[in-house]
Amino acid sequence: MTVWSWSAFFEYLFSPFLLYGAWTTIWLTVVSALLGLMLGGVVAAARMSGIGWLEKVAFFYVWLMRGTPLLVQLVIIYTGLPQIGIKFEVVTCALLGLALNEAAYLSEIIRGAVQSVGIGQRNAATALGLTKFQAMRDVILPQATRVMLPMLGNSVNGLLKTTSLTSAISMEELLRRTNLLIQERFLTLELFVVASIYYLVMTSAWSLVQNWLEHRFGRGFEEEARLENAEQR
Amino acid sequence: MPNSVDPVISAEKVGKHYGHFRVLQDCSFEVKNSEVVVICGPSGSGKSTLIKCLNGLEGFDEGRIVVDGVSVGDPQVNLTKLRSRVGMVFQQFELFPHLTVEGNVMLAQRRVLGRSTAEARERARMLLDRVGLLEHSAKYPKMLSGGQQQRVAIARGLAMDPKVMLFDEPTSALDPEMIGEVLDVMVNLAKAGMTMVCVTHEMGFARHVGSKVLFMDQGRIVETGAPESFFKNTQSERAQRFLKNILHPMGI
Repeated sequence: MTVWSWSAFFEYLFSPFLLYGAWTTIWLTVVSALLGLMLGGVVAAARMSGIGWLEKVAFFYVWLMRGTPLLVQLVIIYTGLPQIGIKFEVVTCALLGLALNEAAYLSEIIRGAVQSVGIGQRNAATALGLTKFQAMRDVILPQATRVMLPMLGNSVNGLLKTTSLTSAISMEELLRRTNLLIQERFLTLELFVVASIYYLVMTSAWSLVQNWLEHRFGRGFEEEARLENAEQR
Repeated sequence: MPNSVDPVISAEKVGKHYGHFRVLQDCSFEVKNSEVVVICGPSGSGKSTLIKCLNGLEGFDEGRIVVDGVSVGDPQVNLTKLRSRVGMVFQQFELFPHLTVEGNVMLAQRRVLGRSTAEARERARMLLDRVGLLEHSAKYPKMLSGGQQQRVAIARGLAMDPKVMLFDEPTSALDPEMIGEVLDVMVNLAKAGMTMVCVTHEMGFARHVGSKVLFMDQGRIVETGAPESFFKNTQSERAQRFLKNILHPMGI
């Protein structure tokens, strides 16, 4: 074993091989978050549809996906399904597993946020003659978005790190590539520190995006927050 | 099409119940064009439920409600279309907090009536001017006082050019100092000939511009009359007690 090597550390800090791994982590996160959000919206709509069997199906889905580990889900999709003749590329498996799992969590966030908009707002929209769809799009969802953004943001932050689980099904994202280098060079600590720095940079950058989004959707509410703060002082 | 002598609203023997609990029983009344009908009564008497039945925000189980020639309880009827002709003002204002004052007054004009943005804005600014809030057009609702928010809510209802305006306790959530500014707007509206149904305890308003007062208790309309006779010559013991309590809460 060698002691800490600064030269190796700096060599890998800007290694194209690892940078490409980080890029894979980023797009895995973005694509599975977007897919998860769309599917999560569908699941949330199903759970609030008022149609008995549809609500039960959605409930079952959420229960199943949240009650089993993502790692198990990924392995089932990657190595289990081929046993019954369903075979996907590694990338497809990774995206499928991440998106299906994320959708279950996001659907609960969406449902909670939509329900947090009071009956009075629905009545006001209805009384003006807006259809259910218009009321949802123009009145409920913009307000629900503000409520759910902090939770969605945390969820994406979590997802950025959770993508590392796909290394177990040989998806070449940041962690997998770090491990591959370690097997070559045995610079365990240096390489894991580099990988951690990459993850930190990515989650920090996301925090900036999240702050901007929350500010953007907080319009009309900032004054209230400011007044409440002033009262507390 | 309904002609001009038909009542704008007619309710016949309207009833509603939750299980065995009867919220509304045998409620019948009419509102003619340009009339201002005031509904009062103790809390839990069914006033708010009754007014919400008029535009189908609440369903009912018995009887018939016809608003502007449309049978509200009929499942075949397109309620969204009727609702756009019936303005409603709520106790808690219910302005849309994510839209500016002007945006609040414009939304349904554009979505429901299909007006262009320019048209909707022009109408919104005209109405905001009428309720004295033109200078606040670009603000968000939370930046306004309760009285100002309620005036915006009235403008939002008026923007749809309604046949009738419904007010569900429009001043009950306001600081006492702000009640006057909202009542002023309502009085001006009544004087301009708007047909109105108001659930309110503002007896001064009822006396001043009311055409008819309905007194409700336990889901029934117990007493109906012109304001003068209702106040001077109260028939039922329950209404007498109610008036005594709200006009002289300390017994003097």
